[in-house]
Amino acid sequence: MTSRTISVGALARVEGEGGLEIVLRDGEVKSAALTIFEPPRFFEALMRGRAFTEAPDIAARICGICPVAYQMSAVHAMEDALGVRVTGPLRDLRRLLYCGEWIESHMLHVHMLHMPDFLGYAGGVDMARDHGDIVRRGLAIKKVGNEIMTLVGGREIHPINVRVGGFYRAPRKRDLRALAERLERALEQALQVARFVAGFDFPDCARDYVFVSLRHADEYPFNEGRIVSSRGLDIAARDFETHFEEFHVQRSTALHARMRHCDAPYLVGPLARYALNADVLSPLAKEAAREARLESVCVNPYRSIIVRAIETIFALDEALRIIARYEEPDASCIAIAPRAGVGHAATEAPRGMLYHRYRLEADGTIADAIITPPTSQNQAMIEEDLKRLTGAFVHLPEDELRHRCEQTVRNHDPCISCSTHFLRLEIDRG
Amino acid sequence: MSGQGHRTPSAPRLAVWKFASCDGCQLSLLDCEDELLAVAQALDIAYFPEATRAPIRGNYDLSLVEGSVTTPHDAERIQDVRRRSRALITIGACATSGGIQALRNFADVRDYASIVYARPDYIHTLATSTPISDHVKVDFELRGCPIDKVQLIEVISSFLARRKPTTPSHSVCLQCKLKGNVCVMVARGTPCLGPVTHAGCGALCPSYDRGCYGCFGPAETPNAPSLSAQLAALGMDEDALRRVYRTFNAQAEAFREESERHDE
Repeated sequence: MTSRTISVGALARVEGEGGLEIVLRDGEVKSAALTIFEPPRFFEALMRGRAFTEAPDIAARICGICPVAYQMSAVHAMEDALGVRVTGPLRDLRRLLYCGEWIESHMLHVHMLHMPDFLGYAGGVDMARDHGDIVRRGLAIKKVGNEIMTLVGGREIHPINVRVGGFYRAPRKRDLRALAERLERALEQALQVARFVAGFDFPDCARDYVFVSLRHADEYPFNEGRIVSSRGLDIAARDFETHFEEFHVQRSTALHARMRHCDAPYLVGPLARYALNADVLSPLAKEAAREARLESVCVNPYRSIIVRAIETIFALDEALRIIARYEEPDASCIAIAPRAGVGHAATEAPRGMLYHRYRLEADGTIADAIITPPTSQNQAMIEEDLKRLTGAFVHLPEDELRHRCEQTVRNHDPCISCSTHFLRLEIDRG
Repeated sequence: MSGQGHRTPSAPRLAVWKFASCDGCQLSLLDCEDELLAVAQALDIAYFPEATRAPIRGNYDLSLVEGSVTTPHDAERIQDVRRRSRALITIGACATSGGIQALRNFADVRDYASIVYARPDYIHTLATSTPISDHVKVDFELRGCPIDKVQLIEVISSFLARRKPTTPSHSVCLQCKLKGNVCVMVARGTPCLGPVTHAGCGALCPSYDRGCYGCFGPAETPNAPSLSAQLAALGMDEDALRRVYRTFNAQAEAFREESERHDE
């Protein structure tokens, strides 16, 4: 019997720190393990004893790349606990802020983290030497996402303007309108990006994924919706813990998650959102998906780069729609009185669904917090992908095989800092 | 970003390291959309795992370090980073003052582990989260949670020009006045940490009608007890006063001391 271990020390072009270990026996993948050794930061513990008003600022610090997702999940969960519902222009502004984060995060992942795998470079800056125009185009679109974040949120990393009940200050109509022209230009560029990435040479593969995402009757989901799966699950966010559970494995500081009762790994993120919500994409995004020959359900994880480009088109389109109809609200925030209660919320971070639950004391102090980030939820499915997809590449030389493993992980844009928690590859060939 | 010598042999070699953190400060470099490619031409970005898969190789002229030291392994790793670096600059609140995760320094980390993890015995962590300067010599500390990207470009440019970075050490208050903001504390009675907080953000929160919450840490000569008296007059109780200093720079000396004055 011949066997070998392939290991990636610290996985690059991901957020945070982790590694992976693959054991090969007689040319087959025996096991694949993602080891997340990001030092634990204990957010759920340090939330205890803080005021409900402090949660959005603290939760943002879980992740520098998707702080809006953490802020939005926190404010919605708090509002659920306190019996408040944010509607009208304030709700629109939250969607707009989310558009900014999707545009920024997706374009970073597409150009700087994922595209170099397809074009054969170590990273985006390397790639820029031969493909300067492509990288500059990606950065230009990304910049518009950051401009939305800066205008609505105050800054692109850890926005300061988000609060339970709304915002500290609502942006002026004319300031938002001033963004429209740049958004139009970015939308043109994003359509070119979708065409470009659709032409990549994708490994031929299909995975039988259980997809999970939010679903809203008439919107592509950001902040609100029911939790649905490709196998017929359809629940309110408050029932998340009845149907999903987190568990702890020794090799990882990130918790894993699974669906109760069926013990099956599941996938959150762009592939899942697209599979479950493509019908409510904007007409322009639908047209771009058709042109990119994206099937109605995409089960090839390497093609997730196309889905990210389509979602970027949607986010730009949606941002333009929100800005066009925006009227300044009478107040930037709904007044809120503290009370005891439990609040739940799920929102869609760029890399997948995120769940928060808080229990509040009568004076609004946080008694306990549960935060389930997308990477924890995807960890088991990423290991499945490694096990099933890298089998086809075991004949490759060590370096290429290692690279293919890394790419297989990067398909899912795992955010390891989020998991409060990413990558080292070890290949054991015995 | 390969470090394979595409540039002139004299281009200084840059490395970006991460310890316990959210990745936000190194993301600031990737958020410099207009300057990123220029930076990449002036420097050989030799090690930057968030952005490139090139391996650790040899020594570096400039290391940017994000994150705090929270594990025995990281306490050793920072020594190796220092040995490999001609200049070492810390970026962000985690690296300069321990970050939000330094809240464990005021609690029992075993309690924290048992709250978050079903099997706390699988978790290897230090009882404290400490800034990089507690472990090795640091050549310059850039404040902020997150850092300001304009300041980051200034720090990198000054390194290239071999001069001292010009980043102000006065308070947010001064930036607020320069910006022409109406004082949120005087005019509206909104509690604000601006008088004791290090400048750098451009007085962002008061510009958005909210009080500063101290994400750049203490200014050079803060008078926190005096500010606390004002905050108390605005209605903050002892518990709120302790919490207001105990956020993203809780371990920075002036904030730590002031928060401890309000411990029961």
